[in-house]
Amino acid sequence: MAKVIVVTSGKGGVGKTTSSAALGAALAQRNEKTVVVDFDVGLRNLDLVMGAERRVVYDLVNVVQGDAKLPQALIRDKRLDTLFLLAASQTRDKDSLTPEGVERVINDLKRHFDWIICDSPAGIERGATLAMRHADVAVVVTNPEVSSVRDSDRIIGLLDAKTEKAERGERMEKHLLLTRYDATRADRGDMLKVDDVLEILSIPLLGIIPESSDVLKASNIGAPVTLADSRSAPAIAYLDAARRLAGETVPMSIPGEKRGILGKIFGRRAA
Amino acid sequence: MSIFRFFQKQSSAPTARERLQVLLAHERASVGQSDLVAILREEILAVIAKHVEIDDERVSVKMDRGEHVTTLEVDIEIPVTVNIRAA
Repeated sequence: MAKVIVVTSGKGGVGKTTSSAALGAALAQRNEKTVVVDFDVGLRNLDLVMGAERRVVYDLVNVVQGDAKLPQALIRDKRLDTLFLLAASQTRDKDSLTPEGVERVINDLKRHFDWIICDSPAGIERGATLAMRHADVAVVVTNPEVSSVRDSDRIIGLLDAKTEKAERGERMEKHLLLTRYDATRADRGDMLKVDDVLEILSIPLLGIIPESSDVLKASNIGAPVTLADSRSAPAIAYLDAARRLAGETVPMSIPGEKRGILGKIFGRRAA
Repeated sequence: MSIFRFFQKQSSAPTARERLQVLLAHERASVGQSDLVAILREEILAVIAKHVEIDDERVSVKMDRGEHVTTLEVDIEIPVTVNIRAA
């Protein structure tokens, strides 16, 4: 059964595209057929982060509008056979995605893939609601920062109101992915702690991605973090998050947190 | 550990946490309400538009939630050359 995941956030620049690419690659590394779809029409970036910018011929808008067939627009990753990308268009017309067209494309993709990751544009407007509409699971990407947490709260409200699942009266499965976390600063009391954010937003935790220069390095070379260096701290965090998405129970660790002499056992559990 | 903390400058994260909790409690309470305001606005306008020509842009509908009483404020600007439609 194909699972549709939307990677969303209220605020821009919190790491949606990085996370979509990394989670998509991590799921594909498990040998499950995965496609990452860029819904950010007008400001496409996923192709760049995934290193496929020169291979985009047709994009999501072409498929939605019927100018190209889905197989023509799907770009297979050079490194992983199981990873595909459906790029966004750079057209300035934000209304070129129609609800009916998007529904058709998602249903088409469901027949061919195990995982469909929808990289949402930031904000609460049309593009974001279209990206989340058909999702089974939402990954809410948040930085430990007041404006990001506040906007995430809005998005959570939207997920509970404007999705197919919500309209059918079902509960939308939502997970928090906390990015750019710096355990040292949190320990010092100068960054919201994981527990603070969890308590405020009250959705289960999918993963904690540490603030790391490896994220920038990976995007510089055009590789998802988990493929650029699978042993780097953010890669390990994303690989664990992907395993949790796939239903495995993986103990939650806070990357970079100082441990006592005995080394605290990682006690936090994935919810 | 906590003794060292005592001498340090006040850290900023607890302030952030507190501010967010207050803000979000307020925002969550008003989410359902903003929908209500939109519905009221639409229906009130429809009724008035049956009789008077109104400019959609020159209408403001506000809801103020006080401690004991909630007020609904409807402000509709009617053009000078008003066309009163026969009811």
